[in-house]
Amino acid sequence: MISIEGLSKVFTSNKSSVTAVENLDLNINDGDIFGVIGYSGAGKSTFVRLLNRLEEPTGGSIKINNEDITAMTARQLRIARQDIGMIFQHFNLLWSRTVEDNIAFPLEIAGVAKMDKQKRVQELIDLVGLSGKEKAYPSQLSGGQKQRVGIARALANNPKVLLCDEATSALDPETTNSILDLLVDINKQFGLTIILITHEMHVIRKICNHVAVMESGKVVEQGEVMDVFLHPRQHVTKKFVEQVMGNGEEDENIHGLTEVYTEGEIIRLHFIGETTNQALISQLAKNYEVEINILQGKITQTQAGAYGTLIVQIAGNELDEAVRFIKEKSSVEMEVIQDAK
Amino acid sequence: MLNDLFQSIKIEDLIEATKETFYMTITALIGTFILGIILGLLLFLTSKDGIWKNKSFHFVVSAVVNVFRAIPFIILIFLLFPFTNFLIGTIRGPEAALPALIIGSAPFYGRLVEIALREVDRGVVEAAKAMGAKTRTIIFKVLLPESMPALISGITVTAIALIGYTAMAGAIGAGGLGSYAYYSGFMRRDFDIVFLCTVLIVIIVFIFQFIGDIIATKLDKR
Repeated sequence: MISIEGLSKVFTSNKSSVTAVENLDLNINDGDIFGVIGYSGAGKSTFVRLLNRLEEPTGGSIKINNEDITAMTARQLRIARQDIGMIFQHFNLLWSRTVEDNIAFPLEIAGVAKMDKQKRVQELIDLVGLSGKEKAYPSQLSGGQKQRVGIARALANNPKVLLCDEATSALDPETTNSILDLLVDINKQFGLTIILITHEMHVIRKICNHVAVMESGKVVEQGEVMDVFLHPRQHVTKKFVEQVMGNGEEDENIHGLTEVYTEGEIIRLHFIGETTNQALISQLAKNYEVEINILQGKITQTQAGAYGTLIVQIAGNELDEAVRFIKEKSSVEMEVIQDAK
Repeated sequence: MLNDLFQSIKIEDLIEATKETFYMTITALIGTFILGIILGLLLFLTSKDGIWKNKSFHFVVSAVVNVFRAIPFIILIFLLFPFTNFLIGTIRGPEAALPALIIGSAPFYGRLVEIALREVDRGVVEAAKAMGAKTRTIIFKVLLPESMPALISGITVTAIALIGYTAMAGAIGAGGLGSYAYYSGFMRRDFDIVFLCTVLIVIIVFIFQFIGDIIATKLDKR
């Protein structure tokens, strides 16, 4: 459990002072994948760097498993940091060391014996899927491979917490997905708590269980990812949700749809988590004598299940029964846009 | 024919002088490397966003470095006579040149070291801190290895300046090719000696440059 109370960071220069993080309270459960999203300048990067005191907090406290990070002496902090892994946007590998020596670096710092070190390095290389690249230098690797080295290095001392500072922001979408998959694997396999900073809602959607939205140094909205997706309250959150779901443009086209498809009923289905396995459309088609025509929609997967809307046209003899089934037996919310009868 | 052209040259003397030049250059280079890295680290670590940020200490080190860089080398040798005499017991010969050579070139190299360290990716230092590294670990396992190609290029440049310094020191009694060129050549109007010493010094410079370039390239895995 990570509990953060009243955390603040003020940068002071000669003439002015800037509040990067302001009186921030947050609780993060063990084994959670917790996302923090915000635009650049929102203070999210400063926030994650406060957690291991790469930036010294101006006020407030951070407790990780009841150990007060903020009260530690320099020596205690060094030991505590060995339990907090961190990965970075630009990987921050040592170019002068090979893949295996980069991964061995935190083990050297922790004073692990040579034999154990070699064994652990090999385990980590296998874990992140870099077998055969042991002797390569970072300059010979692609971005995704570099981040895998970064992850292996961060995990070397079996940390309980992994901090990800924009870890996928320098990667292309496909590589981002493979790195995110790796993070989920690690989270499941070792029960590691992951705190992830990003400006891409896609990343939150794909792997996070909880999310906090930051704006000008404050958390303006937080909760389960699904809830935030469904009921974004703040303007900034709505903008982020639109990144993934598109904006309201499609609603404008509905009039067009209703003019073209005049038969039966046009229905909007809202998929809100956990319904993926139900195969609603095919159930309807099998059990009732109806034709279903998918007109438009977007569905996306989150850690809590599918989320999105689908606009369908249903027509046929058992239309009413089919509609009743959706309403009463499924967890999909529905809304009739046009009734042709 | 060669003997006709360089008739006043005694080959044993030439070899001896070359040996002395190599001895002075290499010994002074080792001293400069160590002292320069210490100075460079102090300058870097005590600077504005360094690990040991310390304004007044930085100012003092910086001032000392600048003062010693400003003193012309030939004058530095004279200034250091009492110190050299105390340290080596004499002010003549190759050994006696070493204190002046090291003190003359270490501040210059120190600045090059500082620049090299500033080129090290700050993110990498930060990553090491995030892993719980001590300052000592950061210095020896991050800062120095990550800046090594620049440190080697820097010491190569310094070595070439140092070869020049040994010739100057030679002219006031330190031995080596400079001394041979001055006393046996110039003073006796045997210009063939001056010419040959020049050629040898140029060759030595080329050798150092060549070795330095090879090492720097080999170390650079970026």
